[in-house]
This record gives sequence, C-alpha cells and structure tokens, in this order.
Amino acid sequence: MALLEVKNLEVRFPLRQGELTALNDVSFTLNQGERLGIVGESGAGKSVAAFTILKLIGKPGYIAAGEVRFEGRDLARCSDREMQQIRGNRISMIFQDPMMTLNPVLTIGEQMVECLHAHQKIGAREAREIAVEKLRQVHIPSPEARLQQYPHELSGGMRQRVVIAIALLTHPAVIIADEPTTALDVTIQAEIMELLLELCEQENLALILITHDLGVVAQTTQRTIVMYAGHIVEEGPTSEIINNARHPYTQGLINALPERTRPGQRLNQIPGVMPPLTSIPSGCAFHPRCEHVLPICRSELPDYSVADGNRVACHYVAQRETTT
Amino acid sequence: MNRYWRLFLASDFLYRFHRDRVALVSFSLLLILVAVSFSAPLIAPFDPYDPSQIDIMDSETPPLWLEAGDQRFPLGTDAQGRDMLSTILYGTRISLTIGLFAVLLQSVLGITLGLIAGYLGGRIDAFLMRLADIQLSFSTLMVAIVVLALFQAAFGTELYNDLAIFMLIMVIGIAEWPQYARTVRASVLAEKKKEYVDAARVIGLGKRRIMFRHVLPNTLSPILVISTVQVANAIMSEAALSFLGLGMPVNKPSLGSLINSGFEFILSGSWWITAFPALVLVVLVLVTNLLGDWLRDVLNPKLYKE
Amino acid sequence: MIAFLVRRLGQAMVVMLVISLVSFSIQDNLGDPLRELLGQSVSESERDLLRERMGLNDPFLVQYWRFLKKAVQGDLGNSYFFKRPALEVILEKFPATMELVFGATLIILFLSVPIGVYCAIRPKSWFSRAMMGLSIVGISIPVFLTAILLIYLFSVELAWLPSYGRGETTVVLGFWQSGMFTRDGLAHLLLPSVALSSIMLPLFIRLIRSEMMEVLEQEYIRFAWAKGLAPKRVWFLHALKNTLLPVITVGGVQIGTMIAYTILTETVFQWPGMGFLFLEAVNRVDTPLIIAYLIVVGLIFVITNTLVDLIYGLVNPTVRLAGGQR
Repeated sequence: MALLEVKNLEVRFPLRQGELTALNDVSFTLNQGERLGIVGESGAGKSVAAFTILKLIGKPGYIAAGEVRFEGRDLARCSDREMQQIRGNRISMIFQDPMMTLNPVLTIGEQMVECLHAHQKIGAREAREIAVEKLRQVHIPSPEARLQQYPHELSGGMRQRVVIAIALLTHPAVIIADEPTTALDVTIQAEIMELLLELCEQENLALILITHDLGVVAQTTQRTIVMYAGHIVEEGPTSEIINNARHPYTQGLINALPERTRPGQRLNQIPGVMPPLTSIPSGCAFHPRCEHVLPICRSELPDYSVADGNRVACHYVAQRETTT
Repeated sequence: MNRYWRLFLASDFLYRFHRDRVALVSFSLLLILVAVSFSAPLIAPFDPYDPSQIDIMDSETPPLWLEAGDQRFPLGTDAQGRDMLSTILYGTRISLTIGLFAVLLQSVLGITLGLIAGYLGGRIDAFLMRLADIQLSFSTLMVAIVVLALFQAAFGTELYNDLAIFMLIMVIGIAEWPQYARTVRASVLAEKKKEYVDAARVIGLGKRRIMFRHVLPNTLSPILVISTVQVANAIMSEAALSFLGLGMPVNKPSLGSLINSGFEFILSGSWWITAFPALVLVVLVLVTNLLGDWLRDVLNPKLYKE
Repeated sequence: MIAFLVRRLGQAMVVMLVISLVSFSIQDNLGDPLRELLGQSVSESERDLLRERMGLNDPFLVQYWRFLKKAVQGDLGNSYFFKRPALEVILEKFPATMELVFGATLIILFLSVPIGVYCAIRPKSWFSRAMMGLSIVGISIPVFLTAILLIYLFSVELAWLPSYGRGETTVVLGFWQSGMFTRDGLAHLLLPSVALSSIMLPLFIRLIRSEMMEVLEQEYIRFAWAKGLAPKRVWFLHALKNTLLPVITVGGVQIGTMIAYTILTETVFQWPGMGFLFLEAVNRVDTPLIIAYLIVVGLIFVITNTLVDLIYGLVNPTVRLAGGQR
C-alpha cells in the first residue's frame, strides 16, 4: 500500500497573459521509507509538484484536476484546517535557502517549539527537551545554547541543519526537500545530503528530493522522476535512469554532465531552451529540441510505455520498442 | 525623438493608462485644473486684485444657486466683494506654481546630492546621509514654520509679502531634498552593482559621464513616482503655511490663504468663502496623489516606500 | 549597545548645540531686549551704558557661552509679553499639547494596526478596498481642513461637541494640568485629537498594509505555513513582528511632523498649547518665548528620535550589537 499517491494532478495559474499549466497529468507513488528524486530544469514544475502536495501553491494557482492520496484522504480536497494538521506534522518540508526560511526576528528555540505546540499537547519544558534532542540528532554542537540564538547568528550549513531538525520534530511520515543544498557551499552540500540520508534510514522516513543536480540524486535516491515543462517524461529506479536513460531528454541531461565528456571535447548540450510554461509546444513539449522527432510528436502527447519498472513518455521510444 | 515617441505610444505604460479609469480621470482633472488656472488672467471674469473692480457692496454674496445669489458671481463673493471664481482661479495658479517650482528645486538638489553620495560613496556618502537623516526627522512643516515665522518677525510683513512666493519655494524646496537624495542613492547603489557599469569603466568612460549618461536614466522611474507625491505634499505644505498666515498674503492669495480668510465666516453663515477653495485644494491634491499611486503600481511596485 | 548609545547621545548633543546656536543668533538679531525693558523714554547715553552693563556689546562667542550657561540652568530670559520666565510660560502649556498628541497617537495606534493588518491579509475584500480609497482621500485633506470640517459638522451643525478651548481641567500630580479626567475635558479633547490624527492615520494604515503584504510574500512565512502553524500565529507573530520594524522607523520620523501639525490644530481649535503660544509669540515678536519654544521642541525631537532608535535597536535582533553569543 503506497504511502503517498499522486494521480493525474493538474495545476494551473491564470495570469494576465493567459492560463499557464504548471503541472500536466502528473502521477507518481511514494512508498514507506522510499527515497524519490524529482529532477528537471528550472521551471519544469518540480517545486510546484512539491508545494501542491501540501497545498501551498501561491494564489492565483489552483488544482484543476487530480488527487493526492495520503493516509486515506485526498489532500487536494482537504480544507485549510485539515491541511494544517498534516503540514509540519505528517508531511514536513525543507526549503531551499535556510536564511530565507527562518524568521529573522524569532529565536531558533521559538521556531522549533512552536511546531511542537501546534501539533501536540505538550509542556514547554518537554518541548524544549525534544528540540535540543533533535538539534543533537542533526549534529549541531552545543544545542542548548542554540535555542536562544537568532538565525543570523548561525552559519548557512547550521541553519539548514536546524531546518531539517524542525522537519523531524513530529516524526513525520514524509519529508519533501526542495533543492535543500542549492543555496549552500559545495562542501556543506555533501554533509547535508549525508545527514538527510542518515536520518531517513534511522527514522524510516520517506523522502521526496527535488533538485536539478543529477549527482545528488544519484547518491541519495532509489527512484527518480524526470520532469519537463510540467510533464513527467521518465520515471524509474535511479540507477536505471542514470545508466540507461531511455527518454531523449533524460539522455541529453546525462550526456551534458561534465563527467561524460573527455578533456578537450566540447560539453554536450541539448540545443534550445525549455519553453516558458505560457507557450508550451503542442504534442510532446520536447519535440522542438529532440533529435529523434517524428511527425506524430508534433501533434500528440505520448502515452507512457512501461518496461522493466521504467515508464517513458516518448513516441520514438515507444515505436522503437514495439518493433524490437 | 520620433522613435521614442513611437515606443512610448506602443508601450505597456500607455496601455495600462488607458485601461485604468481612475488614472484617466485623475489625469484629465489635473490637466483641466492646470490649464484653467494658468490661463486665469485670460478667462477669469474679474481680476480680484484690481481694487477698481471690487465693490464692497457685493461682499458676502452667496453662490448662484442660492436665494441671494448673483449671476455675475457664480460661486459667490468673499468679505471684500471679490468674485470667488476668480480668486480661486488665481489662487490655484499660485498654489500650483509654488508646488511645481518647489519640487523642481528639491529634485535638482536631491538628485544631484543623491548621485554624488551614491556614486562616490565613502565619507561623503556617510556625511550626506547623516545630514539627510537628521533633516528628515525635523519635519518640513516644522522647519518651514520656524524659518518663515522668523523671517516675518525679523523683516516685517511688508517686505515679507513681496518675497513670500519666493521664500515659500525656497523653504519647501530646500527642506525636502533628502527624499530625492535617498531614493536616487538607493537606485545608484543598486545600479552600481550591475555589470554594465563595470563594462563602462573598463572601456574608460569617466565617472561623471557614467553617472549621468548611464546610471541616471535607470533611476528615472522612482524619481517620477516620488515627484507626483512631492508635488501633492508641497501644495499641502504651502496651504498649511498660508493658513497659518506664514505663506501667501491676502492680497495675492493661494488656496491656503483663501481658506484662512474664509475661516471666520464659517460660523456666521458664509460657508462658501472657505468651502470652495477647500474643495479645489482637496481635489487638486487628491488627483495628484491618485496619479502618483497609479504610477507607483505601474512603474515598480516595490521601489518607493513612504 | 553602549557604543550605540554613546554615539546617539553624542549626535543628540550636537543637534541640540546647533539648535541653541540658531536660537541664540535669532535672539541676537531679532527684537531689542533693551527696548522691551526700558520703553522709549530713556536717553541714548543711558541706553548705551545699560547695553555695556548687560554685556550686549561683548563678542558673539562670549554672549553665546553666557546664553548656553543660563539655558542649561533653565533660564531663557523673560517673555516680553508675559513678563515671566519664558521657559515657565512654555512649560505651562506643555501638558495641553502633550495630551493632544497622546490622544492622536492612541487613535492612530489602535486603528492603524488592526485595519492595516486586515487589509494586508484580505486585500480584495470590500472593506480593504474601501479603506484604501478612504485613505487616499484622507492623506489629501490637510489637517486644518479636517479640523474645520469637524468643527462645522460636530459643533455648528450637530452641536454635539465644543469647538474651542480645553474645557474643564484638573491638576494631576501637583503640576500637570490635565483635561483627561473630566467629562468636559474629554469632550474638548476629542475633536482636536481626531483632527490631528486624521492625516497620519491613513498614512500608517497604508504603510502597515504594504509592509505586511511584502512580509507575507517572504519564504519564512511560507515555511511557517508549511509547519502547520495556526493562521493567527503566522499573521500576528511571524508576520506582524517583521512588519512593525520599519513602521517603528517611520513612526519616529513622523513624530516631528506631528509636532508641526499640533501648531495647525491648536490654531483652529484655539487649543491653549505650545504651538498656539508660539504663533502668538511670532506675531508679537516676543523673542525669548520664540526661543524657548524652539529649544523645548528641539529637545522633544531629539529625545524621541533617540528613544525610537533605541527601541528599534532593542526590538530588532539583527541590529543588536552586544547580544550575540557564539
């Protein structure tokens, strides 16, 4: 029984220039303790997918269709009150830039303890003890002192650890991490990812990791989803995606990694840029940039063809695989 | 020039303007007020400051639509028998003149100082900003009241009346430079960080040239936003000063002085002597504020904070 | 923290010195103290003698130093009109002006915060739109016009409230003449306070609304929602605390403006406060009184601005200079 099931999710933003479809028929599942990565370029819709699960998309965005099944309920249909009980409690989220995520005028302690008070009947002292315990778990030195400090008094890496600690306070079932290391120094990035991995294993947490960094995904996740222009183009076990990508876009992404070129060679690029979500091409959104484009790609959105636990949305792949 | 005009006509700016009824109405009203008041000598039915045209027997005539009204004086007359319509026209003209020139002065002063502070940085910047802070904390109105009061006490009302318009422009103009300076400086600092400034420097352009030809055009939109509000504020400040008797004198009044001279008649029934100038003043300021608000929304929602 | 205080105090002193210098130069050039003291019928030579004796021929700096010494002790000369120490005359009127300012401040505080916050949270509601519309009109009507309007409406037409003076006052704490403890006094206080607040209230409503709307867009607010916190906490703790910081700064600057507006309000309502007294002094060229007013008001400015800066420094943790433990 899957922990979280997203089915045919469609999210739209009515803007002055017209209506924008940020998520188009997005479906995936997450099992208990599983680590799922969502990759794609900026603007592909990865963050929107994450925020939609918790119903945190900013107005004027709205859920046009689909379901988000979690613990027997459809989150897409839940009221704000009901969502309040899920957020920070059963599903926690980690944002990208810890300096912006923590409120600069409140102490670390206040920002941790309030999370506990919001979801449990708990005394002040007990809450503080739990907070200190969590700070220790994320390897922050002198945790008791930290409670009195303000966010600007901590380094970037420590702040992100605090954010992770906050996410863990209520022993959630799922953690959604939206680009958790992008705003950090490279050396700290590795530490934070290791920490996340360690915690997920320790507490048997399910993780949705959103990033544009394939390297991070390769190290941390078990399955990966590749998104393009609001659509899922490929999904499968991470090792398969990295080593055996089937969708031309995914192949392009992997090939573009610096590790894949020999010194002296030019880096492999996918020609063109991802289209803005206000003017998505017809048919398969990737077709203007694809080297395997077929006439049908311009007019029809491809179905998913499944093979070996992977699914790919590509006419070319589908055609090739039916003829073999 | 032609190209700029065509770009302007096709711009988003004009499009939004068209669509926004409030902006359209405000702008038209403002245009009407400006046009009408500046052509006062041509279109006013009387010259209210020509003693030969006033008859004290006409004094305190109510407006046209009331019982004792007189066709010659559509808005009534004041205590000396002057036609209200004419006095309001001339008064608006003076209010607008002071407002516009004062803002011109403060903008030139403020922009220059802001550019210098922002571009040169260091001690000059620190000094100028400290000065601006201190000056801002002493409200313009307070400073104006003190300066004008002292001036009047020292030099007597005769001399004062002749110089009033000049003094008002100077005082309001000089007192408000910090607003412009701060905004321009913030813009300059933001622009300085951008790469085109480095590029220009690398090419070898001098500091002044970079400042005026490259940085300044980018600071124009916040300047435009502030200017409308500052005009409104200047008109209000001048009205307040004139109301206190420290501004324009009674024989060459602005809207504020008109309101002042009509104040005592409110309780005795001749309400129109104060009411009409007051109405015009409020409409003038309101319309300018509305335009300023609209400009702020259109040009950049986050750039001007009161 | 200490360094900050010292610096601000130093700045305050410099400003006060400048004010005192300006005041003294005014005194030197405005009006003739001798004439006031002696009248017209004293001979020229006796006048010159007196001038010498009073030290009025001494160099500028010497006279200025004398002035400062006396000022620090509270002696700013005698008012020509009242024939009493100028400082005393001004300070007598101090409670009147302060209560007016207090009334207006209460109105502003208690209305602008809730309305501003509501308009930020529900910007599209009819109430918010109405408030925004009203507030633009509000800032376009000068204080004195609002005052006149209020008088016309409530005193002339409806005859509900008195239109001038302070009404009945009682003496509190032995020296403070207060109008707040009698019904009549409060009735007199109402219209002037409303008039005084009328231009700053819309300003603050708009300021709080725009600041809060900006704050609500921030990541940490989104994170607060993601933590599942109750809306009240998100709005009134996370958002409001951040909103009020810049408002405090603006508030400090507006204090100066408010004092200027008391002059206008007191004139319209014939409120016997310092501002009214100042204008009368100007009309009579009562120099010592003018100077006393300048110095008292200057002091008020400087003290309140320093206090505001201090409060800001205390409330904003990112500015705290001595607080951080590492």
